[in-house]
Amino acid sequence: MAVLEVKDISKSFDEEQIINHISIELHEGEIVSLLGVSGGGKTTLFNIIAGLSLPDEGSVWIDNEDVTGKPGNVSYMLQKDLLLPYRTILDNVALPLMIRGMKKKEAREKAAPYFAEFGLDGTEKKYPAQLSGGMKQRAALLRTYLFSKKVALLDEPFSALDMLTKQSMHEWYLDVMEKIKLSTLFITHDIDEAVLLSDRIYLLTGKPGEITKEIAIRELKSRTQDFKLTEEFLQYKKEILNHLSGEETI
Amino acid sequence: MLPSPIQVIEALIMEFPILIQHSVITLTEAFIGLLAGISLGFLAAVLMDQFDGLYKALYPLMVLTQTIPTVAIAPLLVLWFGYEMAPKVILIVITTFFPIAVGLLNGFKSADKDSMNMLRAMGAGRWQIFRHIKFPGAMSEFFAGVRIAASYAVVGAVISEWLGGFKGLGVYMTRVKQAFSFDKMFAVIFLISVISLLLMKGVDFLQKKCMPWEKEN
Repeated sequence: MAVLEVKDISKSFDEEQIINHISIELHEGEIVSLLGVSGGGKTTLFNIIAGLSLPDEGSVWIDNEDVTGKPGNVSYMLQKDLLLPYRTILDNVALPLMIRGMKKKEAREKAAPYFAEFGLDGTEKKYPAQLSGGMKQRAALLRTYLFSKKVALLDEPFSALDMLTKQSMHEWYLDVMEKIKLSTLFITHDIDEAVLLSDRIYLLTGKPGEITKEIAIRELKSRTQDFKLTEEFLQYKKEILNHLSGEETI
Repeated sequence: MLPSPIQVIEALIMEFPILIQHSVITLTEAFIGLLAGISLGFLAAVLMDQFDGLYKALYPLMVLTQTIPTVAIAPLLVLWFGYEMAPKVILIVITTFFPIAVGLLNGFKSADKDSMNMLRAMGAGRWQIFRHIKFPGAMSEFFAGVRIAASYAVVGAVISEWLGGFKGLGVYMTRVKQAFSFDKMFAVIFLISVISLLLMKGVDFLQKKCMPWEKEN
């Protein structure tokens, strides 16, 4: 069953079309990547799915309900962790619960048990400035998860991290996803990241941005970094690279 | 005409009981005025932040009030409100209101757009965005404003006491000046400086208590 359906979305700014007839489907428990170059309309699409801006055409559906232009249904996470510097990690993570009207104490009690699962033990009472970049992104993902266990929208969540941290975050991410099975739309410009983490990949190319290819990654779900060294991985990567260079029109 | 430091200290010790009595009056005025100024400044900043029309209408006026010299309106306030506490408190409110309102407004306006969008995407309303992002984000600006306002409050109280009153450090000042007791004059100036400094330290202390995340960095 599709948890998230993006139907035929187009959007222009100042007479310039940014994205053109984009349709995406995300099934329950799936991790789907949207891969494309920077400035290709990924963020525009992202804001539309999050309900922060309206499309010119098309609609966004969650659980068969039209949520076009309605915020509060999809949670998202960005490259910037957006943790509030004046709140402890526990209070940052519990924020979405409080926004939904839960009392502070109750929200904290509800958020606390997830810290172990997300590898955040012992950070509850710390402030964001005391945490490393990787740990901050972990907290940001937990906040995203606590907001909505249905659909998460991740916009280049690991691209600000250095290579080694990024690698360990990928392992951590696959591990956590195994446990929480959060349906995720993952926006990225990193081909390796997309192949490693997703079940399916949409390629967004051209100007205006269109989805020109869809690739299913048929490997086993329990992947590790080793997957990146296999023949299959390289095959996927080649397929994507070929498609991207073939599509290049600018 | 210029007393030695020793004479000043002697005067300070001699006059201390009387100075304390006057200080209590001056400080009471300063506190009431400061509290009212902070409350009003806060209210104005919140309203001007939430309603853009109000911001455009009031902000230039607010700046204009700051160009009027305090010493010029103080005598008018005495004429209108008498010699008791009212004109002093009003003068302090006028002078402290501005740094608070402007500081807070800047803080509110510079709130992080991405964080606000994130809260909106979570379904937060205007008030929740204010409570979780804008208000806590403006705390350092707020305290910077309070620190300035605290020293303005003491000075404002003294100036308005010069121009008419029965008790207070400003009244004491005019009296010793008329008696040409310059040692006492310097003693009271010294005392006012100390009070202002202590108040500012108090604000710093409050800020540390209210913003525990700052010291952790």
